[in-house]
Amino acid sequence: MNAARTIAGLGLQEAVRRRVFLIVAVLTVCYLALYGLGTWQAFEEVESESSSFRGVEPDVVTGAYLLGLNMFGTLFLGTILAVFLTLGTVRGDAERGLLQPLLVRPVPRRTLLAARFASASLVCGAYVIVVFLISMTITWALGGWWPDRIVEPALGLAASVAILCALSLAGSVFLASTANGIAVFMVFGAGLVAGLLGQIGEALSSDTLSDVATTASWILPFEALYQSALGAITADTVGFTRLAIDLGPFGGAEDFGPLLWPWAIAYLAIVGAIALRAFAARDL
Amino acid sequence: MTPALAVSDLRKSYGRTEALRGVALEVGEGELFGLLGPNGAGKSTLVKIACGLVRPTTGSAHVAGARAGTLPAQRALGYLAELFRFPEWQSADEVLALHQRLSGSDGGPRERGELLELVGLEAASDRPVGQMSKGMQQRLGIAQAMIGSPKLLLLDEPTSALDPAGRRTVRRLLEELRSRGVAVLLNSHLLSEVELVCDRVAIINHGEVVAAGTPAELSKPGGVEVETAAGSRVFAAAGRDDAPRIVRDLVSAGEEVYGVRVLTSSLEDAYLEAVGEGAR
Repeated sequence: MNAARTIAGLGLQEAVRRRVFLIVAVLTVCYLALYGLGTWQAFEEVESESSSFRGVEPDVVTGAYLLGLNMFGTLFLGTILAVFLTLGTVRGDAERGLLQPLLVRPVPRRTLLAARFASASLVCGAYVIVVFLISMTITWALGGWWPDRIVEPALGLAASVAILCALSLAGSVFLASTANGIAVFMVFGAGLVAGLLGQIGEALSSDTLSDVATTASWILPFEALYQSALGAITADTVGFTRLAIDLGPFGGAEDFGPLLWPWAIAYLAIVGAIALRAFAARDL
Repeated sequence: MTPALAVSDLRKSYGRTEALRGVALEVGEGELFGLLGPNGAGKSTLVKIACGLVRPTTGSAHVAGARAGTLPAQRALGYLAELFRFPEWQSADEVLALHQRLSGSDGGPRERGELLELVGLEAASDRPVGQMSKGMQQRLGIAQAMIGSPKLLLLDEPTSALDPAGRRTVRRLLEELRSRGVAVLLNSHLLSEVELVCDRVAIINHGEVVAAGTPAELSKPGGVEVETAAGSRVFAAAGRDDAPRIVRDLVSAGEEVYGVRVLTSSLEDAYLEAVGEGAR
């Protein structure tokens, strides 16, 4: 346990000393400022044109659109953080000669991997939750709209980046840093494309596209969690307002049901087991 | 007595390449053991198997009685890799503190201070690794390997980046370790260094031990050279015990003897003979 804490602390300490967190904080403030500006402008426009919205609640549609887009941005930022905190954990650090001095200590390899996963997923999870909550507060302060659910989407985003941390860590066992970073971003992109396909499938009423999108989202559960999170912010919205939301970027949002979270946990366990097995067999 | 390192019929293959082909050796407690061989001979693979970074294909390696790679074996050893790095943002003291925590050493600041002093880095304890010269980093690496007073030190080219003064410091350090009963497996290209400090030596070539013994055992008699008024003469078949007789015979034959030298081959000669001309 002491070794796990030490390894986890080492990763965080490095991020602090290399000013990773400072840069992330500064850029996030810029991102949120831009979001605030856009939100204020959007609600102003909607208010001046409120007479043209018949049968729908303009503040709900606007707030949900904006926060939904913001959630994509938040997940993207969280993914960048997750990838850069983990992409070189095994092969990258071994090639640089940083890993060997640690592994000859009485520290099991599984401890090293688990500690790095715990620290990265905690940091990235906390990051997306905080950004989501601030964005939600900005949306409420400037437009007077709250999402229907708060905890569910926040946890969904956090779980989504935790899965990306696990994929990046597992990738670091097999791939060099650059290749791993590219691979994880491409997997992330594939997940987004799956969501997009679902949206197109919904619009065209194409079962094939919808099935492909759903299957891809189960294979890449970070996307399924993201879509569920997206759906949760307007979970109680009904009527024409619901219809208006579904025509927008939420068309691809889907409720994956009660099996999603157990599957996400099982997925983490499978990815972790594969990574541990490969790491244990790896010559350094 | 349990040897600090016991290796038996150790084989390691990387695909079709056989890095080790049945290596067997033992390093006793407090023994300084030198590992010599050309590049690619399998020395680093052997060291990495001993410290659990590489898994053997067959055979066994035990550190202080525990199978290499297990936690009890890791607790008993210290390792300096040939190519290593410490995080550039950490200070020397922080590097040692990190390894104290990982190895479970309770030496605290006192142990860190002593080790930094031992390798001549006491004035640089707060300096970040990124601001250290390669030689300083190597000395820090040696100090790191000694954290927790290991029974066996595995040093892979520990003096490759050191200047002559630094090498001398390491030689003294190795002798100090021997006096404390710490076993050292020294993998080095510097034959003179190995000859000076090591109790025993193994020469590895193409993954096999091709010669082993004390430096004296590996050196072969080269005859007796006598300097007389007529010039130097070498009695190639003679040994050290023959020198007094040769001098007596020459003097009784009326020759004036100015000097006598017993010739032996150096470790370098033994090494070149063992690994073949290709190593030249």
